[in-house]
Amino acid sequence: MKYMMFVCSDPEPETDDSRVPDIEVWVAENDAAGRRVTGNVLAPPSAATTVRVRGGQTMLTDGPFTETKEVIVGFDILECADLDEAIAVAAAHPMAHAGRIELRPYADL
Amino acid sequence: MDAVAQAHREHWGRIVATLIRVTGDWTLAEDCAQDALAVALERWPRDGVPGNPGGWLVTVARNRALDQIRRAAVEQRKLREAVMIEPPHDDTDDRLSLIFTCCHPALALEARVALTLRTVAGLSTADIARAFLVTEPTMTRRITRAKAKIAQARIPYRVPEGDALGERLPGVLAVLYLLFNRGYDGETVLADEAIRLTRMLAGLMPGESEVASLLALFLVQHSRRHARRDERGDLVPLDRQDRTRWDRAAIAEALEILLRTPIEGPYALHARIAAGHVGAESDWRSIALWYDELARVQPTAVVELNRAVAHGYAYGPEVGLEMLPKLDNYPLVTAVEADLTARAGRPEDAKRLFRRAAAETPDGPERRALLSRADEL
Repeated sequence: MKYMMFVCSDPEPETDDSRVPDIEVWVAENDAAGRRVTGNVLAPPSAATTVRVRGGQTMLTDGPFTETKEVIVGFDILECADLDEAIAVAAAHPMAHAGRIELRPYADL
Repeated sequence: MDAVAQAHREHWGRIVATLIRVTGDWTLAEDCAQDALAVALERWPRDGVPGNPGGWLVTVARNRALDQIRRAAVEQRKLREAVMIEPPHDDTDDRLSLIFTCCHPALALEARVALTLRTVAGLSTADIARAFLVTEPTMTRRITRAKAKIAQARIPYRVPEGDALGERLPGVLAVLYLLFNRGYDGETVLADEAIRLTRMLAGLMPGESEVASLLALFLVQHSRRHARRDERGDLVPLDRQDRTRWDRAAIAEALEILLRTPIEGPYALHARIAAGHVGAESDWRSIALWYDELARVQPTAVVELNRAVAHGYAYGPEVGLEMLPKLDNYPLVTAVEADLTARAGRPEDAKRLFRRAAAETPDGPERRALLSRADEL
């Protein structure tokens, strides 16, 4: 089962006083276990371009189309047996402590 | 037929849980459980009730499922058949898995409660919709959506292990607590279901003291259901209830559970506080002691207020007044202050406080009760 993991910043992170995991360790462990298919850090939203085609016209917008304060700062694609495994992987990511993470399963069409 | 209705109540969760494990298909599992009950309605009056009604229903439902899968996908038959004729499995595990899956924190809380009622307890969608004051199509959508999320996100069908069990069990208990409270004053059937499910969970997880404590708490609360309201439907305070109308068997069972259950969490304390009221008179000293403990683990405003009441009744109204939490615009605090002031022998002050509490309370039985207390002084 594949899950797209959106790693998001949190404009008002609550303080988390538990030990924040190390990203290098997280990547190494999950790569070794075959749970992380790929992933990367993204450039800031100011570098984003939104593309829409309306009436045959391609329209471009500078920046992300949606206005949210949380920003997707990276992504990973996970291969996990089920949601519980994906939750455990996400909870071990440092940005789960300083930001938030959305797990979205592939629709498997 | 009564035997079928009883089998429905007792075995629905077991049938559905087993079939979900075997087929992995929630809808098919419920359809086949429904079919098996229909077959029972037809055959039991004619052939007699089988010795093991639950086992009989599971077998019929399982055969139904096998037929349907066979028809739907002939090429999968051998695979599925191999799975379906596996040796008998301890369906205790299946029912636990079902409860934990329905209460998975990745589902919205309302969906967890609805799904538990539908899938574990076998209530009809119409009944659940009525209890939650929504239309039946709305409730159908909510349940369908929850089932779709379980399938799409692949929420596992199992009891979590290790740390995850400790993290997830309170969520399961919270769903049962919510269920009970929905039924506490209104739909008694929901309170009965909450007790039945908690009793089942306590049987399935005998080592979990919070599960046993929650069961004891429900039993004590529910024992007062016939004495809690007067003819007008107004709430009767605990000290004015007709204690002969309390369900003594339920109380005895609760006390027996508490005797053998260690105190390991908040439900254990809540249960002991509730049990402090079961005698001919409330045992305010021990209640005050348990509130001290509870305030340590759950330092909420409501707990602090109740703690002040308990100390006021145990050690004199002035002690309670000293301990009252300072909360603005919280009519309950004013009402408690009024009550303790009256008990402290200052009727004029108490009268003024009862009127103020009434003014802060929306019109209804609570306000009427406050005004009549003011008039009595």
